Amino acid sequence: MTRPPLPDQRSDAEPPGLPGFRTWRAVYLFVFGWFVLVVVLLAAFTWIFS
Amino acid sequence: MNVADWVVLLGTMVGIAAYGFWRTRHTRSLNTYLKGSQSTGWGTIGLSVMATQASAITFLSIPGQGFESGIGFVQNYFGLPLALIIVCAVFLPIYRRLGVYTAYEFLGRRFDGKTRLLGAGLFLLQRGLAAGVTIYVPAIILSTMLGWRLDLIIMFTGLLVIMYTVTGGSEAVSLTQKWQIAVIGAGMVTALVVLVAKLPAGLGVTGAAHIAGALGKLKAVDFSLDPRRRYTIWTGLLGGLFLSLSYFGTDQSQVQRYIGGVSLRDDRLGLMFNALLKIPMQFVILLLGALLFVFYQFERPPVFFNQSEWQRHARGPGASKFLALERQHAVAVAQAEEAIRAWLHARASEDAAVEATAHAAMVAANRRTEAVRSEAKAALTAADPRAKTKDSDYVFITFILTELPHGAIGLLIAVIFAAALASHAAELNALGTTTTIDFWRHFRPLAAADEARNVRVAKRFTALWGLIAVAFALFAGFAENLIEAINILGSIFYGVVLGIFLVAFFFRRVGGSAVFFAAVAAQALVIVMYLSLDIGYLWYNLVGCAVCIAFSVLLQAVLGPRAPTDEGRAA
Repeated sequence: MTRPPLPDQRSDAEPPGLPGFRTWRAVYLFVFGWFVLVVVLLAAFTWIFS
Repeated sequence: MNVADWVVLLGTMVGIAAYGFWRTRHTRSLNTYLKGSQSTGWGTIGLSVMATQASAITFLSIPGQGFESGIGFVQNYFGLPLALIIVCAVFLPIYRRLGVYTAYEFLGRRFDGKTRLLGAGLFLLQRGLAAGVTIYVPAIILSTMLGWRLDLIIMFTGLLVIMYTVTGGSEAVSLTQKWQIAVIGAGMVTALVVLVAKLPAGLGVTGAAHIAGALGKLKAVDFSLDPRRRYTIWTGLLGGLFLSLSYFGTDQSQVQRYIGGVSLRDDRLGLMFNALLKIPMQFVILLLGALLFVFYQFERPPVFFNQSEWQRHARGPGASKFLALERQHAVAVAQAEEAIRAWLHARASEDAAVEATAHAAMVAANRRTEAVRSEAKAALTAADPRAKTKDSDYVFITFILTELPHGAIGLLIAVIFAAALASHAAELNALGTTTTIDFWRHFRPLAAADEARNVRVAKRFTALWGLIAVAFALFAGFAENLIEAINILGSIFYGVVLGIFLVAFFFRRVGGSAVFFAAVAAQALVIVMYLSLDIGYLWYNLVGCAVCIAFSVLLQAVLGPRAPTDEGRAA
């Protein structure tokens, strides 16, 4: 049996290099927030046009 | 199609393929051939991932889906952004750190050789069969609508892809996909602009959206808990997450698109690009379908959009029945248009009671039109039980051929070919890579050092898979049911493969033998369930994954701790 390799710790330390984002966690949170916003907008779209 | 259409079509298709061939003709490095150029940035990765997922069916079927059932299908993509975040945070850093060529190579490092072969074998079986369908389905639709010879379309598409994919490998695939997605974007924007311009004067997009919404086509989000409903936010989140996780995390045709970038940062940004854009993109394509529905409320549509199939029977012995249905449909469409105009007028009056009455009349008129269409399909089946009665795939292509100006028709046909070439090239690239790395090199470990030989072998396997796909597509017409069987086959295997990978990532105590036998048992159980139960086949993704994980953990508990394998130590 082999232990699975862990995601490279350094890879998460590497900055995403995007203005306003210092960590990858912040990028993932932004993408998740965008996803929530899109779903809310689609729900609003459904409500407006139904 | 006229000369302008042919110039646009051949110029874009052959031009892009020739460009990919020419730019990558000197590829000698195995790493570049299998993973792409080391300088590939996040933009190319993002477009390549997008082009791989968006096959020709996306641009033929999804507008038809919007036309027929509305835009609720967009919920199917709700799990995708979440899956891509998981792939970025967990799967991708490990693939990069190990420097693997294929996702299944990781299974060999983490578990053992037999588990790697099982994962790779399931991928080859499923994707190898699907590769034929990728070129067959758009070919049969274009052949039907344009009267072109089916075998020539299949051979043209198949051989064009083989030419540049075999020559330049992964680099050629990414390079051509970037331009193919540009053609697709330009074509879809053109179609949308023409469609909006052709809506009745004064209606506009908002007015058209109100009509589509009032007739139930714009229900994008459905919070219903009714399990019989096919598309709800819950099925989208749960089913979509599992499907996207297995597709983006374990399917080599996708993994290969993002593991070879200039850095981990670019790989991640390429995937995040898709996480941000995929749902809005699918929404726009579905909305195009809903607007087509409105457009055909004011322009007399055919009773059945696959006119080739319809005419074949309408000229036969039951011609009078088909003509009567055409007349009934014309009357129903005229009444529906009148009811819509009355409803628009009632809305403007701002009298709620009048509007409600007009709305009810409009819905009833629309139902009458749908009833005639259903009758038409029943008449086709009665005339020939093997008749193809699903015509939604022909709605968008009908609009393209009858409403778009020349030049734009060529561009839109190029969109369909570009999408077919882009997704098929990624498939062939992945099939050739997996066969070379996970099978050929696995059984000839001494050959690993000879880079030139590895590249030659990878090219031969890529060409072989390309020829198999062409041969399959040429003979698929004799076995129409095979296509549905392949889709079912995918769902039957996808869950178990995802289960193996999730055990690899999250269950550290489970070893190779436990997961291998658990996967075999889970696969057998899924097949038995498929043969004996009557449930939607998408559920097998979830069942296969959950059973594979549960069996692996239980079996490892019974087997106890195992010694590490040779391949395992390398990880």
